[in-house]
Amino acid sequence: MLRQIEGSRAVAEAIALARPEVICAYPITPQTHIVEGLSELVKAGELRGCEFINVESEFAALSVAIGASAAGARSYTATSSQGLLFMAEAVYNAAGLGLPIVMTIGNRAIGAPINIWNDHSDSMSMRDSGWIQLHAETNQEALDLHIQAFRLAETLSMPVMVCMDGFILTHAVERVDMPTQVEVDSYLIPFEPRQVLDPAEPVSMGAMVGPEAFMEVRYLAHHKQMQALELIPQLAEEFELRFGRKSGGLLRSYRCEDAETIVVALGSVNGTVQEVVDAMRAQGVRIGSVAITAFRPFPLDAVRAAIGHAKRVVVLEKSLAVGLGGILSDGVRKSLSGIQLKGYTVIAGLGGRNITRASLHKLFEAAGRDELEAVTFLDLNTSVVERELVRERLQRRSGPTAESVLRQLGTVASGIG
Amino acid sequence: MDPRQPVKFYQTGTFTVGNRLLDTDERSVQANMERTNSLNSGHRACQGCGEALGARYALDAAMRATDNQLVAVNATGCLEVFSTPYPETSWQIPWLHSLFGNAAAVASGVAAALKVRGREHVRVIAQGGDGGTTDIGFGCLSGMFERNDDVLYICYDNEAYMNTGVQRSSATPLAARTATTPAVGPHPGAESGRGKNVPVIAMAHNIPYVATASVANLRDLEEKVARAILIRGARYVHIHVPCPLGWGSAPADTIRVARAAVESGLFPLYEAEHGEVTGRTPIRRRVPVDDYLKLQRRFAHLFSPKRDDARLGQIQAIADRNIVNYGLLDTEDARG
Amino acid sequence: MLQVRIHGRGGQGVVSGAEVLAVAAFLEGRHAQAFPSFGSERMGAPVMAFCRIDDRAIRLREPVMEPDALIIQDATLLHQVDLFQGLSRSGTVLVNSSRPLEDLGLSTLLERTPDVRLFALSATELAVRHVGRPVPNMPLLAAFAALTGVIGLDSVIAAIRDKFPARLAEPNVAAACEAFDIARKEASHA
Repeated sequence: MLRQIEGSRAVAEAIALARPEVICAYPITPQTHIVEGLSELVKAGELRGCEFINVESEFAALSVAIGASAAGARSYTATSSQGLLFMAEAVYNAAGLGLPIVMTIGNRAIGAPINIWNDHSDSMSMRDSGWIQLHAETNQEALDLHIQAFRLAETLSMPVMVCMDGFILTHAVERVDMPTQVEVDSYLIPFEPRQVLDPAEPVSMGAMVGPEAFMEVRYLAHHKQMQALELIPQLAEEFELRFGRKSGGLLRSYRCEDAETIVVALGSVNGTVQEVVDAMRAQGVRIGSVAITAFRPFPLDAVRAAIGHAKRVVVLEKSLAVGLGGILSDGVRKSLSGIQLKGYTVIAGLGGRNITRASLHKLFEAAGRDELEAVTFLDLNTSVVERELVRERLQRRSGPTAESVLRQLGTVASGIG
Repeated sequence: MDPRQPVKFYQTGTFTVGNRLLDTDERSVQANMERTNSLNSGHRACQGCGEALGARYALDAAMRATDNQLVAVNATGCLEVFSTPYPETSWQIPWLHSLFGNAAAVASGVAAALKVRGREHVRVIAQGGDGGTTDIGFGCLSGMFERNDDVLYICYDNEAYMNTGVQRSSATPLAARTATTPAVGPHPGAESGRGKNVPVIAMAHNIPYVATASVANLRDLEEKVARAILIRGARYVHIHVPCPLGWGSAPADTIRVARAAVESGLFPLYEAEHGEVTGRTPIRRRVPVDDYLKLQRRFAHLFSPKRDDARLGQIQAIADRNIVNYGLLDTEDARG
Repeated sequence: MLQVRIHGRGGQGVVSGAEVLAVAAFLEGRHAQAFPSFGSERMGAPVMAFCRIDDRAIRLREPVMEPDALIIQDATLLHQVDLFQGLSRSGTVLVNSSRPLEDLGLSTLLERTPDVRLFALSATELAVRHVGRPVPNMPLLAAFAALTGVIGLDSVIAAIRDKFPARLAEPNVAAACEAFDIARKEASHA
């Protein structure tokens, strides 16, 4: 049924349709509306057969989910940014134990400096933990991916992170098609755990593994993620069959067939990118874009097939490997191993800096003329940066950097862009 | 005052913990041939490990009380490490090792799952050492108490981070030597004015049941766990378990040391419900704290090269205060 | 695609306004996207919300930089913040003010962009009278509907009822209807 609701609400309702059994929640902007929505559904009796637990920290949240999943219950939690870091130990633990927990990440920047707005630094920090990571482009895809995520997680016995851009998606009210309980039930079978705490068949879970076996255990985890490369497209296909729309999968190409320039990105910025692609195509420029949905496992072959024929690739990413450059770029570069083409990394939107059509249009035109640096920080205020560098060179006691930059910029509240 | 007893020439009537010559209902769980051996032999604990002893008694008692419907969640620590040397496990019950600081939260999750699946007859124990309970696991523990989650948390308190090499925890007592509170300088060993009394903190959460226990009194331990495991809501049992390696006591002395802690008043045995003390196990034969401290090399610096009367006085004062606060002596006599 | 930007201060229902506008468009079978400006919103601080309406799926994710219409819920912002940044040359501006248009000091704007349509509505007064609270968002939306014809009054009313519980919705509906009538009369004179 078509609804015009906030992204968080859409996700909450989708989770509810997936018949979760244990939900644990700790508040952090910007995911809070999701768990608030779920707590309402449980309290009002609309979501039955579900325990909703208000925990005292994010670390506790994922820990409760771990216990619940190990005891055979379909478990869910959500977090962002600092919260994800606070549960980092448990993130690796859940993956190592092979527990099919689904967790929403309302993507938000990690401090310092503290920032509540969107970028991908949080989920990126856990990219090697062994969790599957899926990125939603729209709120429709966000709600769809959660349904697919439970099926994916439980089939593989591996936890799944569904990433949706904080504020941009979580707080946007837009049209979504909410599936019915019957439709979801036909797609999601009840949870059949691979391992479970049961007095009838006792097992020990979480043993210490020494040098003689650790490599094998880790290899098996790696192998399992590779299996996801097959399973993700299969589940997306089945989803399209049952629900009547394309959602999920490894990646989606837009007007790439004869493109000379291809832009690659994760998440909601792909919408804006597609608008710019259309505008430039209307001007006769051969440009296209690829929205990668599955970031982990990284779909090397699929990316190679999607972009390998282009002259140049612009990776537009909301993440930064400090001291190195791009993170998404690394995966893309690896997929192009052996293929000669020009690659540009554009770091954009950090901490919620708006990525505008106008900026992207200029950027893609410059890329087309091969006038971009290897790594560009989009819309960087170079005069502010320069002034700060000079200040620091002149004074030892230069004070906190962030505060100094803010002071240079003056009041923040009244700006629009 | 003990009532006069007839001289016994045989041990048939005593309540020695292993005595199988008693009636079946008077036998301890461990003396029972049908015990579950939840923590089976073959684990890698040190000779004389108090924690292995305590865990074995506690879990078998819980298994019997719940008719073997039990799940255990274990924090990282000695118990977890010596009981599961990959690829072996000495656990005969469903058992999950999570992380160091989250046993209480993970157990809450297990309890929630069992409840939502209509299997509330299966009970949940969370267990860990003092490090995982009083320090790194404290936040999760308090959260579990506050929510009154249906979990029995058992803390095996050997008063330091033993598994990693005897470092100080907030359960480390005054003057004890550990690797991070060495016996050097003007105030050797752990400083005064520190430490956390988690049983009292548990009581402050008003949870249904809190108890302290010791491997010195294993029947008392079994009874308390058997009682606790059947209560609904958050429960906490804090068991004093000597560590011969960390305490520098003889492996054969583990029970003697534990008994001295109880009989000196340093480790009071009591029960509490909803924040009020409801019972205590009285001291039968009071001893001065010296009798306890002298058995452990971690307190050797209090006696040699010369007696540290000041520190010993402080420790004795702690024991005296416990005796008064918990009413541990039947008589008014405050000195042993 | 129509782009609307709503300006106001925290606590004046700016975000709800954008949402109700989006729901009204949705009820007419159109695509709509509404989102706030995500500032550290405090009561009284300047805030913005955005709404896009189109007949096909809306993919754009940037703030509304080139509004076709502006709804200004708090006239004290007029000379503090550059509210008109990016406004379309033939855009519509609706200001919540009890003072007449001439007194708002917007002559420079009109000189620069003479095709801009400017309207004032005493929405706060309407809100206080009907709802008992100085939250002008719903009357302004109804006036917007009358002035631009982008959405119908029925849709606005249905959207208000969708978003708010009855005891809040009905007084707002009443305020909205009155605002709609006032604006429609003004629009036919302009």
